[in-house]
Amino acid sequence: MNKDYKLHHPAWYRRQMQIFWWLKRFSYTKFISRELTSLAVGWSAIMLIALLWAAGHGAPAFDRFLTLMSSTSLVVLNIVAAIALLFHTLTWLHLAPKAMVVQIGRYRVPDRLLLIGQYLSWAAATALVVWYFGGSR
Amino acid sequence: MKRSNEPFFWLLFSGGGTLAALFLPALLFLLFIAPALGLVEPQSFEQMSAKLRPAPIRLFLLVLITMSLFHWGHRFRFTLYDGLQLKHLFGLIATLCYGGAAALSLLTAYLLWTFP
Repeated sequence: MNKDYKLHHPAWYRRQMQIFWWLKRFSYTKFISRELTSLAVGWSAIMLIALLWAAGHGAPAFDRFLTLMSSTSLVVLNIVAAIALLFHTLTWLHLAPKAMVVQIGRYRVPDRLLLIGQYLSWAAATALVVWYFGGSR
Repeated sequence: MKRSNEPFFWLLFSGGGTLAALFLPALLFLLFIAPALGLVEPQSFEQMSAKLRPAPIRLFLLVLITMSLFHWGHRFRFTLYDGLQLKHLFGLIATLCYGGAAALSLLTAYLLWTFP
């Protein structure tokens, strides 16, 4: 390979794409919004890390954490993240029947049936979380 | 042909995407939003740490958090490449995304391992 070759070097004869190409069409914007839900996934992971840190550092640290969590900016951020997470969940669940074809013998399991399975697993996971973390036991 | 480590990261991405889709909405709402809005009684320090302490829960959280972080790293990496046309920053972006996910995963493992 030519030693001067650089992977993905911006070639001068390549057609220029604008940075905000994804605002041109609703379907493009939807695509980028769907991809950006990963930020909400990362944010939720960081929230869980903060919870672990607080719950492992004694009652005063945990109380400070609770106060911080009820501040307006964090509540707003968390609600935005939750909306994005729901978008992620819905698009992700609907992706599975497209990504995999399940066959039993010569019978192809219809997409709708797979989708029902997807929603049932979501319901089961949510029920598990509510059962374990909800209420005071 | 150079061997690619893409399949490995893709596996973390898809596994993380599934775990995140199934568990994160409920966790974020129940542990953070609902108590802050007064919809449920916030749990005391004793209750919360007792719930986080069992080994299976800690193991589950380790898998969930680590894979969610790598889901973010992988997906956000390509969002930056495509969305903002930053393909020429290939190495830098990959390092920041996977490196960030790896660093936070190590922190998670440390917190869970030393959880009192």
